[in-house]
Amino acid sequence: MAKHGAARDDSRSHERLRGGTVRRAAKHAAPDLDRLIHERMRLGIVSALAVNDSLSFSDLKKLMGTTDGNLSVHARKLEEAEYIACTKSFEGRMPKTQYRLTAPGRRALERYLDHMEALIHATRDR
Amino acid sequence: MRMTSVRPLRPDPPQEPPALHLRAMDNLAFIRDTMEAAGSFTAVSGWGMVAIGVLAIIVAVAAGLQPTESAALNIWLATAVLSPAIMLWAMARKASAARMPLLSGPGRKFVLSFSPPMVVGALLTLVLYRAGLFEAIPGVWLILYGTAVVTGGAFSVKIVPVMGMCFMAAGAIALFSPPSWHAWILGAAFGGLHIAFGIAIARRHGG
Repeated sequence: MAKHGAARDDSRSHERLRGGTVRRAAKHAAPDLDRLIHERMRLGIVSALAVNDSLSFSDLKKLMGTTDGNLSVHARKLEEAEYIACTKSFEGRMPKTQYRLTAPGRRALERYLDHMEALIHATRDR
Repeated sequence: MRMTSVRPLRPDPPQEPPALHLRAMDNLAFIRDTMEAAGSFTAVSGWGMVAIGVLAIIVAVAAGLQPTESAALNIWLATAVLSPAIMLWAMARKASAARMPLLSGPGRKFVLSFSPPMVVGALLTLVLYRAGLFEAIPGVWLILYGTAVVTGGAFSVKIVPVMGMCFMAAGAIALFSPPSWHAWILGAAFGGLHIAFGIAIARRHGG
């Protein structure tokens, strides 16, 4: 997926940065970037759940414009980190998977937002 | 003789990766866009609506004590100026807490859709007031406020247009009810509906 690919490139180029004041500013601003939600798809899932009580698998799939498999993989990683919780049920005969953001997930998003803001301030104040 | 195109011997130097702060800004924009697209965040402040509702109930009691309908309407008119200020303040606080600009995509659409019926309402109020048709004003206010909420709410969470429809229904009742009921209808709608829907929005949609 294009969005996913862009996120991976973003992540790689992030690691490729070496030396210079930008890196020093980044280190100063935020030493521990949460790689788990830095990835675009997972960041999108967490952001969408932050403004909803819960979202179904199909809602998230539509929102993120991705495939079942891709969404499952990323959602599972977030579940394993206990950032999101998953509830499976049946609506008639149709299985329904609902996701909601947990308290650690919300805190992780807040930390990530703080991190991004710190990066912006650190590089602007240089 | 036709010449072939010439290729440079050395390719262009590789572009510098975007600065970290630009990527951080891009990430923040992505988060904001995703939240907006998820459609459940509403800049409309539930607690702001509760505050307006409480104010409306106090005003309804005060207006009910007035000897004439025009005196009662003057009190409501003063409230109509104060209420948007309360709501704007509450919306700005809510947007700030969610780290979203107040006039982001859906917020801007909300304002653009909400405003026209409100402007029409202000103009009609002036016309009806000058014509001495005081008894028509409460119904017109409620219907046009409801219309504004429905049209603005089309870009917001579902509960917002539902609230607008309730205001429109209250307006329709007010238009065809005796003037002695108007103070109660205004109080019940601007007070009761704002408080009830405000609590629901605050609980479900981030404050």
